[in-house]
Amino acid sequence: MGIDSQSHLRRLENESIHIIREVAAEFDNPVMLYSIGKDSAVMLHLALKAFYPSKPPFPLLHVDTTWKFKEMISFRDHTVEKYGLDLIVHTNEEGVKNNINPFDHGSSNYTHIMKTEALKEALTKYKFDAAFGGARRDEEKSRAKERVFSFRSASHGWDPKNQRPELWSLYNGRIAKGESIRAFPLSNWTELDIWQYILAEGIDIVPLYFSAKRPVVERDGTLLMLDDDRFRLEPGEKVEHRDVRFRTLGCYPLTGAVESTADTLEDIVSEMLIARTSERSGRLIDHDSSGSMEKKKREGYF
Amino acid sequence: MNKITPVAEAFDLSNYINSQESKSFLRFLTCGSVDDGKSTLIGRLLYDTKLIFEDQLAALEKDSRKHGTVSDDIDLALLVDGLEAEREQGITIDVAYRFFSTEKRKFIVADTPGHEQYTRNMATGASTADLAILLVDARNGLLTQTRRHAFIASLLGVRHVVLAVNKIDLVDYDQTRFDEIKADFESFSSGFDFDSCEVIPLSARFGDNVTTSSDKLSWFTGPTLLEHLENVELGHEHSEAAFRFPVQWVNRPNLDFRGYSGTVRGGSVNVGDEVVVAQSGKTSRVEKIVTMDGDQVRADDGQSVTLTLTDEIDISRGDVLAPVHSRPDVSDQFAAHLIWMSENAMLPGRPYLLKCGTKTVGASVTEIKHKVDVNTFDHHAAKELSLNEIAFCNLALSEVIAFDPYEANRDTGSFILIDRMTNETVAAGLIWFGLRRATNVHRQALDVNKKARGGLKGQKPAVLWFTGLSGSGKSTIANAVEQKLLSLGRHTYLLDGDNIRHGLNKDLGFTDADRVENIRRVAETSKLFVDAGLITLVSFISPFKAERQLARDLLENDEFYEIFVDTSLEDCEARDPKGLYAKARKGEITNFTGIDSAYEAPEAPELHLKTQGRTVESLADEIVDRLLADGFIGSDNTWVI
Repeated sequence: MGIDSQSHLRRLENESIHIIREVAAEFDNPVMLYSIGKDSAVMLHLALKAFYPSKPPFPLLHVDTTWKFKEMISFRDHTVEKYGLDLIVHTNEEGVKNNINPFDHGSSNYTHIMKTEALKEALTKYKFDAAFGGARRDEEKSRAKERVFSFRSASHGWDPKNQRPELWSLYNGRIAKGESIRAFPLSNWTELDIWQYILAEGIDIVPLYFSAKRPVVERDGTLLMLDDDRFRLEPGEKVEHRDVRFRTLGCYPLTGAVESTADTLEDIVSEMLIARTSERSGRLIDHDSSGSMEKKKREGYF
Repeated sequence: MNKITPVAEAFDLSNYINSQESKSFLRFLTCGSVDDGKSTLIGRLLYDTKLIFEDQLAALEKDSRKHGTVSDDIDLALLVDGLEAEREQGITIDVAYRFFSTEKRKFIVADTPGHEQYTRNMATGASTADLAILLVDARNGLLTQTRRHAFIASLLGVRHVVLAVNKIDLVDYDQTRFDEIKADFESFSSGFDFDSCEVIPLSARFGDNVTTSSDKLSWFTGPTLLEHLENVELGHEHSEAAFRFPVQWVNRPNLDFRGYSGTVRGGSVNVGDEVVVAQSGKTSRVEKIVTMDGDQVRADDGQSVTLTLTDEIDISRGDVLAPVHSRPDVSDQFAAHLIWMSENAMLPGRPYLLKCGTKTVGASVTEIKHKVDVNTFDHHAAKELSLNEIAFCNLALSEVIAFDPYEANRDTGSFILIDRMTNETVAAGLIWFGLRRATNVHRQALDVNKKARGGLKGQKPAVLWFTGLSGSGKSTIANAVEQKLLSLGRHTYLLDGDNIRHGLNKDLGFTDADRVENIRRVAETSKLFVDAGLITLVSFISPFKAERQLARDLLENDEFYEIFVDTSLEDCEARDPKGLYAKARKGEITNFTGIDSAYEAPEAPELHLKTQGRTVESLADEIVDRLLADGFIGSDNTWVI
């Protein structure tokens, strides 16, 4: 499906490409965080466009908590091979040694150690001075004020009161040694834009986004998929095979499925249009309190 | 009503996608003060256009009970006030971006706070906006801040404004009151050059005339706010402008391909068009317009593409490609409006970095022509610029750049200033005109140069920049060094702070602005002396890092020795050779470094002299030995470099 050159999707695309190139041009050692989800898929697609016919001049970084869906990992490896990209996979080995998992340690603790800490560890280890993330301003209230170039201190902290004003399309990429930025090229996209763009550009996404019969249990009103035999059933819980799909992807014990029969992109977009629940509600970590995303960001979560 | 269409039995997705695709796009900002109901209005737009999801609504009901300022029903403002701190304070402290769409348009809202100290945020929101909603409380009518908002919107090139007369319910939907405010607004807005100006009564809290017209406002014949936002005609901003292409990234995947990646900022370009590199004047033709989706024959305003040219010419990031017959200005000086965004005041002469398009250069303000009072629009003389102040200034750059007047092109006519030490964005700038065509003024290339002059004296010229507190011993040590150099047969000159202030700088005082100018003049003077082949000793307190950096930047890499004469404040005060500390403590001298004015110690000086327990003789020797070791003076009378 072609897109008109002045359409809003093209405008978003052009803006994102501009941002991605600015980062590549102004930073010594950028990296693209690749979470394997649909936003990452769009971001990677834009990076491929930004530098064509060159390859993106930076590696991808995947923070692997060891609890990702199996299909995510195989999709990741396939994508990297297909485009001949550099991939760095980082896991918090200390966390693995201590068997930190979402069942025993609570979603918030687990996320902090296996995602937030792991990410900081990787950024420090490789001395990245800029990291692309796929966050959008429409996702959550505290994201609405996020800058495109979001400045982080040497300890990866985010100070909401100390962010640089961003005017026109001029981004300030100056940092001192040890400091870094997070760059969000998808800032102005909405969830619907993402899906429309995937549809229009024919971008490959992880099959988990499409409906299929999958083994799930219902827990506290959320449908959780049993991706491997590490999943612990609680007394009385029974595994059912239902037609489900995922609107957002993460660690399988923390990612809620939705009942759906949408098994094509067209169906997914159609379903989006009548959706009455926002995307992040599928992520269990946000449920603690309404300021929880902001707290996580101050600690260094993306 | 503008509901999202439910998926019907025969939902036609491709039709839907096409209708989405043909939607136009409007970016607007809302400005008003804390109490005008701005957040409530945006919450209302999101709520009425069904952009609020069920779980968000549930969170909102919960939050309303906790923080809400509206007694019973849900507080829509809580939908948009994002950060925890401001929710607790009940104010909006930063620019937030919101998204919604209707069947006709897709909208991005920049929600900006309105009280005085946040001019910075409003300018940020306005820089990308097509339209501004100025919000007023019907009970209060136009306020000083309404004028300020209109002025900033106009300055930043926002073409359309809406005066939203909110809380009309609180004046009993009274037409007379509305007409008064409307007349007021029309008389003052006629002074601005907006393309459209609409005045609309509404109640954000109850939803009257926001997205649906209201029986209570039956006397009002104009559109609802949303109707107006959906229908206001936007000209295509830069499509009429001349082609501009700031090069972002040189694209070299292999030896056979050399492309220039960037975004078209104005006009369009076709394969075969002749283009010029504005800064160098070199010309070529567009060979290909490359994208991952295939080569194009044409690229339009806003498109991110990669160009290849028919000739191999030298082009790098920061160069601007333009049509040969319609070139941008190329200069190292221009006049511009500056909006100051930092807590630290702007001081003329202080070196900053300037980013315009994809080019970053050194820059300083050479003159503040006038400061603009944003409430009365009066012009005032000024020596410095504080947070949220706006001034018309002359700027000088370290090298030429290509630019257009802001009026002609918002992208190539805008810039930001960056502090060299803290790296914060300290100002936004809008260029009015170049001050001279650099192409007409060539630097004189002289045959007798620095190296020749230095060679004759058997030395390599340099600046020895002594910095430290008053009474730290700078001048005493500098004096001793000069004597030693003289005895070695070297040619020197000592610029001493006190002496210079009696002559060249006698018009300057001790304010921060004057201190900056003081150092700038001395730095320029020392540069001339170095050019004359002299080893130049500068003994100045020079308390600010930024100015020492300026001096360093004027000279070549290895010509500058920052010598930190490190004597503690207690020791300096105990010695107090000129009795100045005593006077400063009594308040007879103000702005005294170390007492009521800061001294920023050097972080990485070439020489760090801790004076405690050392003699002048040994300190001076240390410096002379360093010059010998670095080859600035030979051990005999022959030049070693």
